Amino acid sequence: MAHTQEHHHEHHKETFISKYIFSMDHKMIAKQYLITGMIMALIAALLSLLFRLQLGWPENTFPWLETLLGDWGKGGRLDPNFYLALVTLHGTLMVFFVLTAGLSGTFSNLLIPLQIGARDMASPFLNMVSYWLFFCSSVIMLISLFIESGPASAGWTIYPPLSALPQAIPGSGLGMTLWLISMTLFIASSLMGSLNYITTILNLRTPGMRMTRMPLTIWSFLTTSILGVLSFPVLLAAAVLLIFDRSFGTSFYLSDIFIAGEVLNRNGGSPILFQHLFWFLGHPEVYIVLMPALGITSEVIATNARKPIFGYRAMIGSLIGISVLSFVVWGHHMFITGMNPFLGNVFMILTLIIAVPSAVKTFNYLATLWRGNIRFTPAMLFAIGLVSLFISGGLTGLYLGNAALDINLHDTYFVVAHFHLVMGSAAMFGMLAGVYHWYPRMFGTLMNEKLGYLHFWLTFAAVYMVFFPMHFMGLDGVPRRYYNFTGFEWMQEWGDLNKFISISAILGTAAQLIFIWNFYYSIKKGKKSPQNPWQSNTLEWTAPIEERMHGNWPGDIPHVHRWPYDYSVPGAPQDFIPQTVKDDDLPEEIRQGKVKPAPEHAGTPASETVADKLLFSRFINLFGFKKA
Amino acid sequence: MASTAITSKKEMWGGGSEPYGASYGKLMMWFFLLSDAFTFSALLLAYAALRFSAPSWPVPDDVFAAVPFIHAHLPLVFVGIMTFILIMSSVTMVLAVEAGHRGAKKEVTKWMIWTIIGGIMFLSCQAWEWTHLHHDGAWWGSNPFLNADGTPGMVNFTNLFFTITGFHGFHVFSGVIINIIITIMNARGVFERRGTYEMIEKVGLYWHFVDLVWVFVFTFFYLI
Repeated sequence: MAHTQEHHHEHHKETFISKYIFSMDHKMIAKQYLITGMIMALIAALLSLLFRLQLGWPENTFPWLETLLGDWGKGGRLDPNFYLALVTLHGTLMVFFVLTAGLSGTFSNLLIPLQIGARDMASPFLNMVSYWLFFCSSVIMLISLFIESGPASAGWTIYPPLSALPQAIPGSGLGMTLWLISMTLFIASSLMGSLNYITTILNLRTPGMRMTRMPLTIWSFLTTSILGVLSFPVLLAAAVLLIFDRSFGTSFYLSDIFIAGEVLNRNGGSPILFQHLFWFLGHPEVYIVLMPALGITSEVIATNARKPIFGYRAMIGSLIGISVLSFVVWGHHMFITGMNPFLGNVFMILTLIIAVPSAVKTFNYLATLWRGNIRFTPAMLFAIGLVSLFISGGLTGLYLGNAALDINLHDTYFVVAHFHLVMGSAAMFGMLAGVYHWYPRMFGTLMNEKLGYLHFWLTFAAVYMVFFPMHFMGLDGVPRRYYNFTGFEWMQEWGDLNKFISISAILGTAAQLIFIWNFYYSIKKGKKSPQNPWQSNTLEWTAPIEERMHGNWPGDIPHVHRWPYDYSVPGAPQDFIPQTVKDDDLPEEIRQGKVKPAPEHAGTPASETVADKLLFSRFINLFGFKKA
Repeated sequence: MASTAITSKKEMWGGGSEPYGASYGKLMMWFFLLSDAFTFSALLLAYAALRFSAPSWPVPDDVFAAVPFIHAHLPLVFVGIMTFILIMSSVTMVLAVEAGHRGAKKEVTKWMIWTIIGGIMFLSCQAWEWTHLHHDGAWWGSNPFLNADGTPGMVNFTNLFFTITGFHGFHVFSGVIINIIITIMNARGVFERRGTYEMIEKVGLYWHFVDLVWVFVFTFFYLI
């Protein structure tokens, strides 16, 4: 029956609107998410450059700022209120619009049906609605940049009372209202998306696709969606109460408030309540951002190391472990709110336990790379970059998770450095790895590799140059979100470092232009991709990439006979065995020994030493001097 | 559907089948309800946090003691009637789902209409209660009812009451709208042509959930 329906689809005449705008094809929706996400990322990066300009050169004036920003840049100086708005919107756009919707939306939509062997999402219609709600939410968030009182300015965590009292600062007025409207739409969009992802994964797997034969990308999308379904509603509840505080005179988050010398008649509320509700979303949100990137990395590393992923089941276990733990650690964002020290201890221990599944993932990545027959594609570089960032950012998580140390480090640049490395940049690297890897799947062409290398190295260097020095500032006690450090004598020694960071940030953002050019140019002019450009095992490469069809496979859907990581199986005719290959079709000796080779024998020809491979010839390849 | 129960667990999860024997639509509804349960839990936990950090709190028996047309102090009577109506509407919903299993279109319509009537009656009761409280001066931001210890009433008592029962009432309202749409679809024979009355089950799940939430709201605001 599915077959006939599918043929029906083929002959269905598609108009421009039904094909590109209100499309119900998951592949097109993925592209819509990706391109919207990229635009939002670019805007968010530019906003960060504006405030980096202020932090790097607090004494200088830039006349063009007034031309660009009007009243917000009077006399060539950034307005302090607008500085807060910039910080807020940078965070909001990056966390929610780029790394939640842009990342999950793109790759869950693209890969779930293709990798589990489904013709589309369970509900293509809901999927379309989900994208358009996200689109409206993005537009509303951007509109808030153009209103007179400016966008929301209470930080991406919108703590009351700054967010609860419209008269508090300019950004607490209409800007905050638009933020709340936008986020409500966003939550609805995310809910619809997540419900679709979960039910599609559970119900629409092709015959043979057991849960333990799913690529780790799919596992990560599944756990991510479950986190989204369970945590975003709590933000919704928090937002509902906040809206009442703002507009209906309630005092859920307010008590004993003076503003402009006037006592407000608000009693009995607690701003800490908001923090609890917010971080019950906020902490899982970190993993909503990170886990898809980890899933993508697993897939990219295994494919390009030509080795089975090390510890497949442990990887699934660690995803589940991280998901469960992420719901019981929110208090570590609130150690200094005066919580009971015993409770602080509980949150601390639970937080530090997250290091275990995280380390499982890290070591499994390293073990997969170990003696692999590595192909340094740009996607692989970004995936390895993610592992690097995950380690350097993750280690500082141990410091911050410690309730006693956090007293010193809370709200300093140490925190900024930590989360930008481990969640911001790492997730961004995962997203970029995914784009480079599945670009041929999306557009049928390959991205330019040399530009990819250039993009990677510039970005990688810039990320460390921007965020690593911030650790030292944080250890010295320099607080985040301050407009200006020149007023404090002890902070002035960091002025030069701030300049360095700002210059690096400009460099890093400029490097993204290479990527955007590469992305745009390769759609039409890129080298035509072969059907399976990375010799990958997963099902998405069995669906024709030439012909864009709704329904993915022209005939029957492929059936699955093995897990997705049969790379470099000794004795196999090729160094990969796609999931669709039956055991009966393999040479006798493989079937006898089943197909699990000892990892150390996989791939490496005896004549080449490991050091030679890793350090020398491969290193040269990185720069594109030698064709692999 | 009964035959799927025979297949072994391994086959059920092996792909090409629906592991819980539930269609994607029903699964979506379950996950949506799970999500909604978290929203309500968050609101009720906020209630708990604010109430137990308050020095004193009004006594529900003194606040919710009015019944239309009767001038007497009758705590819990009116809300008891409301709760009874809502729970009865769940019973009629069960009967509608059961009729759907038998493919009895007319009976489905009959029981769905009873469910809708129950929902509308509940909403009307709520409207009356809100109006009554409003006449007494209770609203968002104002609480005329004294605390148990005789001090001026904590304003978050009414804030929370109107916000949370309002949020629940909004759910009931959406449920009534959805039920009306489904009833019309059923009367037009949409499900008969589809060969399955699963849609009734899905809205039924939602309706029971809304009832279940009311049990908690009722307990927190009226009983303790």
